[in-house]
Amino acid sequence: MITPAMRTEPVVAIRDVVLHYFSPDRETLALSNISLEVSRGEFVAIVGSSGCGKSTLLSLISGLIKPSRGDIYLEGRKVSAPSPRAGYMFQKDTLLEWRTVLDNVLIGAELLGLDRRAARQRAEDLLRRYGLGEFMHSLPHQLSGGMRQRAALARTLCPDPDLLLLDEPFSALDYQTRLALSDEIAAILRNEQKTIILVTHDIGEAISMADRVIVMSRRPGRIKVEHHISYPSAGPQRPTPFEARKCAEFAGYFQTIWDELDIHEMQ
Amino acid sequence: MASETVTAEISHSEASPSVMVPRSPAYQAYLRALKRRAYAIQAWQVGLLVAFLIVWEIAPRAGWVNPMLTSYPSAVARTFMAMLEDGSLLMHTWVTFSETVIGFVGGMALGIACAVALWWSPFVHRVLDPFIVVVNAMPKIALVPIFYIWLGDVASIYAMAIAVSLFVTIIMLYTGFSAVDPDKIKLVRLFGASRWQVLSKIVLPSSVPTMISTLKVNVGLALVGVVVGEFQAAKAGLGYLITYGSQIFQMNLVMTAIVVLAAISSVLFICIQALEAIVLRRSGR
Ligand SMILES: Nc1ncnc2c1ncn2[C@@H]1O[C@H](COP(=O)(O)OP(=O)(O)OP(=O)(O)O)[C@@H](O)[C@H]1O
Ligand SMILES: [Mg+2]
Repeated sequence: MITPAMRTEPVVAIRDVVLHYFSPDRETLALSNISLEVSRGEFVAIVGSSGCGKSTLLSLISGLIKPSRGDIYLEGRKVSAPSPRAGYMFQKDTLLEWRTVLDNVLIGAELLGLDRRAARQRAEDLLRRYGLGEFMHSLPHQLSGGMRQRAALARTLCPDPDLLLLDEPFSALDYQTRLALSDEIAAILRNEQKTIILVTHDIGEAISMADRVIVMSRRPGRIKVEHHISYPSAGPQRPTPFEARKCAEFAGYFQTIWDELDIHEMQ
Repeated sequence: MASETVTAEISHSEASPSVMVPRSPAYQAYLRALKRRAYAIQAWQVGLLVAFLIVWEIAPRAGWVNPMLTSYPSAVARTFMAMLEDGSLLMHTWVTFSETVIGFVGGMALGIACAVALWWSPFVHRVLDPFIVVVNAMPKIALVPIFYIWLGDVASIYAMAIAVSLFVTIIMLYTGFSAVDPDKIKLVRLFGASRWQVLSKIVLPSSVPTMISTLKVNVGLALVGVVVGEFQAAKAGLGYLITYGSQIFQMNLVMTAIVVLAAISSVLFICIQALEAIVLRRSGR
């Protein structure tokens, strides 16, 4: 049941999180004092140079690793282990090559001990909606890169998480597929009313898809600035990512964030 | 001019739709060339074998080598047929074959169990790693007399077959287990998988190709172990035939046993290859 209090309470709350990685030869301060709140239904993109701790932040939110200091709350509860409320999608599709597409999508339900029949129904439904209906019983190697990534999305969505963590989900694809797929996925996700945190290197992808873009500093990662993105010139409706790229505001956001990332210094 | 009928095959594979594709003359020529080449290779293989048999038959007869030492293919064939008729060859072959299969399966099962244990506890792996490497490098054949004294004539043969293959198996499998894509492990951990589930859902299925290459290595090794074990201890089996034949200076007997050994290893290898084809096709690799 969703109470009014839950509606206003952030889905994710990160409070003063610090993370050190230890290895025999060094200690790495990956994140220093990150605080962030994401409210229900929001689409947040995180951009930052390579190695600034973006993936680390997602791993923390997912409960795969624990912060060295500070706390993370998912729907008001402190995160201590992975929860089915959060779905995590990686850069690689990590489909299991020995399972059919359908069985890949069902692995979450299998491990979480969800009702088989209902899960199967939902999985088939998702696959059909993403144009994979005919490929349900194929093995992943028979699918193209874009299809594999859609299958991975279906796998993430099958246990019906409220929060989606996307770690550069399009970066392994070619440019055209990437544009087409980000349009599709943006539509799917807005439709399902998910809360989304997207990590990306691609400024265009971030500002065309997200409501809010968070720019991280270089290591140790801190939140440098954040931008609320809107496209008044496109009318009251949020434009699709593809249309957003053509809006007047796009170039301005792009330039600002480009400057903030200090990409030229990096090389 | 006769218009040639263009034959086309209909593909039944799932990925490609079934369409009739007319083959261009150049493509047909290419296919014919491929086939010719395949025939040529087979012809050479058969030819080499025949040439070897001919030289082996002629050399002792012509007095180039001592026939007492090499025997002739025709004499070997006679011994082979005689032993086949009185049933002794089948008996010895069966003994060696079953010992090999049991030793091979045993070594594989034990190897998988040990590799899983090492994967389960990285600490135990760190502790045992140098010992495993050293034991693996040791010539296990040196243990034959000890096994004989400890275990007697039957068990020592199985022990030898297992000892020869076990440590390679452990090392190969453990390496395969640790090379499993960490993202796949992360994936199931996100769904709350226990360590046991990580093993059964990800690590073992991912390692199927490694297991098959291990099988290939082990078939040969198990056979080595069994034959060497039989040299020392056995009252039956091809290894026993070889030692017995050489003691009474019956080269026909020795050569017959060797030919059958070659046949056994071919049969086992073909079985593994068939298994490999089935498994890899099923899992889409
Ligand atoms: N398991 C680990 N052990 C030690 N250091 C690590 C580990 N994982 C990441 N790091 C270090 O922490 C820092 C942040 O890593 P992270 O993967 O979060 O960066 P990222 O922003 O996702 O980079 P990219 O954009 O290249 O994916 C990097 O400097 C990395 O070297
Ligand atoms: Mg990353």
